[in-house]
Amino acid sequence: MNRNRLQDLIPRLVLSPSMALILIFVYAFILYTFYLSMTDSRMLPSYGFVGFDNYEKLWNLRHWWRALTNLAIFGSLYIVVCSVLGLFLAILLDQKIRGEGFLRPIYLYPMALSFIVTGTAWKWFLDPGIGLENTMHQWGWTSFAFAWIKDRNLAIYTVVIAAIWQSSGFVMAMFLAGLRGVDSEIIKAAQMDGASNVTIYRRIIIPMMRPVFLSAFVVLAHLAIKSYDLVIALTGGGPGQATELPATFMYSYTFTRNQMGIGASSAIIMLVMIFSIIIPYLYSELRPGRQR
Amino acid sequence: MSDEKMVGTTTGNRLLRALLYTVLVLFAVYYLLPLYVMVVNSVKPLDEIRQGNMLSLPALFTLEPWAKAWSSAQVGVQPTGLKPYFFNSILMVVPAVAISTVLGALNGYVLTKWRFRGDDVVFGLILLSCFIPFQIALIPAARILGFLGIAGTTTGLVLIHVVYGLGFTTLFFRNYYAAFPTELVRAAQIDGAGFFQIFRRILLPSSSPIIVVTVIWQFTNIWNDFLFGVSFGDFDSLPMTVALNNLVSSSGGVKEYNVHFAGAILAALPTLIVYIVSGRYFVRGLMAGAVKG
Amino acid sequence: MIIRKFAALAAGAAALTLTAGSAVAEDTVEVLHWWTSGGEASALNVLKEDLEKKGVTWQDMPVAGGGGSEAMTALRARVTAGNAPTAVQMLGFDIIDWASEGAVANLNDVAEEEGWADVVPAALQNFSKYDGNWIASPVNVHSTNWVWINKAALDAAGGKAPETWEELIAVLDKMKENGITPLAHGGQPWQDATVFEAVVLSLGNDFYKAALNDLDPEALGSDKMKEAFDRMTKLRSYVDDNFSGRDWNLASAMVIEGQGGMQMMGDWAKGEFLKAGKKPGEDFVCIRFPGTQGSVTFNSDQFVMFKVGEDKQAAQKMMASAVMNPEFQSAFNVVKGSVPARTDVSDEAFDDCGKKGMKDLAEANEAGALFGSMAHGHGAPAAVKNAINDVVTQHFNGELSSEEAVEELVNAVEAAQ
Repeated sequence: MNRNRLQDLIPRLVLSPSMALILIFVYAFILYTFYLSMTDSRMLPSYGFVGFDNYEKLWNLRHWWRALTNLAIFGSLYIVVCSVLGLFLAILLDQKIRGEGFLRPIYLYPMALSFIVTGTAWKWFLDPGIGLENTMHQWGWTSFAFAWIKDRNLAIYTVVIAAIWQSSGFVMAMFLAGLRGVDSEIIKAAQMDGASNVTIYRRIIIPMMRPVFLSAFVVLAHLAIKSYDLVIALTGGGPGQATELPATFMYSYTFTRNQMGIGASSAIIMLVMIFSIIIPYLYSELRPGRQR
Repeated sequence: MSDEKMVGTTTGNRLLRALLYTVLVLFAVYYLLPLYVMVVNSVKPLDEIRQGNMLSLPALFTLEPWAKAWSSAQVGVQPTGLKPYFFNSILMVVPAVAISTVLGALNGYVLTKWRFRGDDVVFGLILLSCFIPFQIALIPAARILGFLGIAGTTTGLVLIHVVYGLGFTTLFFRNYYAAFPTELVRAAQIDGAGFFQIFRRILLPSSSPIIVVTVIWQFTNIWNDFLFGVSFGDFDSLPMTVALNNLVSSSGGVKEYNVHFAGAILAALPTLIVYIVSGRYFVRGLMAGAVKG
Repeated sequence: MIIRKFAALAAGAAALTLTAGSAVAEDTVEVLHWWTSGGEASALNVLKEDLEKKGVTWQDMPVAGGGGSEAMTALRARVTAGNAPTAVQMLGFDIIDWASEGAVANLNDVAEEEGWADVVPAALQNFSKYDGNWIASPVNVHSTNWVWINKAALDAAGGKAPETWEELIAVLDKMKENGITPLAHGGQPWQDATVFEAVVLSLGNDFYKAALNDLDPEALGSDKMKEAFDRMTKLRSYVDDNFSGRDWNLASAMVIEGQGGMQMMGDWAKGEFLKAGKKPGEDFVCIRFPGTQGSVTFNSDQFVMFKVGEDKQAAQKMMASAVMNPEFQSAFNVVKGSVPARTDVSDEAFDDCGKKGMKDLAEANEAGALFGSMAHGHGAPAAVKNAINDVVTQHFNGELSSEEAVEELVNAVEAAQ
């Protein structure tokens, strides 16, 4: 009897250290940040209460609006292109390709590298003076122009290019895993009915990838909102402030501008954005009756 | 979905396949380009970099930048190279990956096979923790580490990385174990096996695909972390990324790009090897659960 | 199986770190700094070796990046955790901010014994002391209102170094005609601001002080300020289109190689010229920004001493004293391109530009024309500095007209205070 009660308790005991750590290091910290956002904290936390002043200041900053606009451009392009490209590459790789084992790690490896590592190479590549433009000129194509990184209206798109380079292979792997999981009986049946390959993909297989799309969306969306080292490595937020994102904004206000109150309020806005994407997804995943 | 469905013999089909390979190879070039730039320029003397084309092969091949980056480049007051920091990183990454993987496996096991009221909420809370921007954790986490007396130690860094990795590891194992037949667990229970016995004898032996995915994911994230390393490391525990940053973004002086590139590749080597060696298992592991909705 | 192996490794690693943690030597200083490039680090090594001779172990905590901003983030985590380093390299108002948090040590006894007050310029003391107490040892003085000109390019453009704004424009125009990029510049906010503050200073010492040190809204919103922004627009027209994001040392390289005519940059640029084997006076010319002769905007690296346990205080004082050692100040600054923070150090070991720098500093100090550099954190606290940088950068990149920039400047400074 006693042993049984112990057995009943063990699962929860096993879970409790993780739960305790997460309650402290995640949820208590979020509450603390929320509180900081209501204080006059500058270099270090201080506790003079100022209500929603910081939020008011935040929304009055041109800088913050720029960061949000950039996130909208960056985030939507990044998520859409990564998903489409990932699916496209996965479908191509799934055609009994010789050398798949060779190509797959090539597509996948960028995810293993941080931008501290690849930042200089990217900067070079995008720089018209030494990079792609210069190379094309040396190869004789002298009218070739690629100076987006120097153009404040286009620089954000170079950030997108590098970000897609890093994550699209990973999304490809997710889709490939999804494709490999499709029951071949279904496809055979469709082929018997005389469906063409294109039709099979469009009508049967791609719709079956819905859960992968969702997972990919969640992974990419949170990477987009948290994007930081990418921007720092490529442009440092420039030209001017043309490539600032909310994460770089928050870091710079909290740690280099000594305006921790405003930094904290921008962090809270970011969290609200993240959670408003993730929670509906989680809810649809976890609602009773959809358990596998 | 592998069968013969796409294999044809007509010329049109052959053309299609040629196109297919061309596209795949073009993309491979796109993905390889930055690495190519890094590798090629890490074996050139500095003068050649200054004059030449970033894509051209070295006219004079030299491994000196690599030797310098590893053991004599200036990353601090003494020209130590990246070597000592490499071992700091290893000492931090190995325990952090091991602990977070074990905890994630146990959590996933409980959440799928020992369900209790409100377990969905618990899982939701753990999962949401994946999405916290790390910058907000810096100050309060520093206070807690100071309170525990492990600020500025590898132990402190391990704790931080375990905490912020738990969400992912739990997610991976939970999705994987959700597909594992619960009947086997129940049968073992009836036979009198205990909680840990069932885990060790029944679930663990078939967990290798998901362990691979989890280890790759955690290893990559922790190895590449800069923010926590720079904030919670100390003179004897600064990780590799901080040293690399000291090397490439130093404020003054001649930029030795060849050494920077060699250092960058050295810093990335462990994660690269992990990806390349276990890439095959990675997709298999993803298939086995991590991406299922 | 795998897991068991990992567990064993983990245990081993934990044991290793424990032993490493407990083996702390008796006299140690832990130093947080961002001097990681070859020349800077070997200059700092002089200090390290000096301390080691006295039996003090140096624990190195280098964090480069963002002109020290990464190091400041690390410092915040360290102090919050109650694990402050012994000494931290720091600039300007950051020192005041940390002092006002009560996190720094008191060096009065060392300072009095060695008579620091007599040899450190008063403008520097504003940052080395807080509430009348010494808290930091100044290492060097950089001055920011320099122009570095390629001698050959200057000769081709008339040969006379410009002394007024008009002459400067004439030279720049000539260089443009000669087919080079007249102004080599890197488009990063701090570099834009470095040029901007020189332009402001060229419109008068009082104007500089009122606008960028006292943050007087009237000066910030004045017609003179609009004139300053107009001059920035003019200067922008001499910069190539490829400037944004360029590191300052690449801009120096342009001047060294003759693709660029001149660079407006602090004295640390000199090191680049010297390393390329160029001689001051022969291959390149150093002048004060035209219209700012006799005035100096400075920034000064200092080692701020933080509150540490009693067991470390003796070593901390030894370090504070070693930094102020005239021999170290000379040796370090010859390498770094800056000038000593002490005014009584012999200029023998310095080159022409260095000698001129020391003389300028002493004279400006006498004449009350020594001002804290806004762009480098000695004009205003970080929040204000960055707010001003924002406006200057946006304007320089063509996002704001001069009128809008003046208006925005007043608002931004007010909002940041």
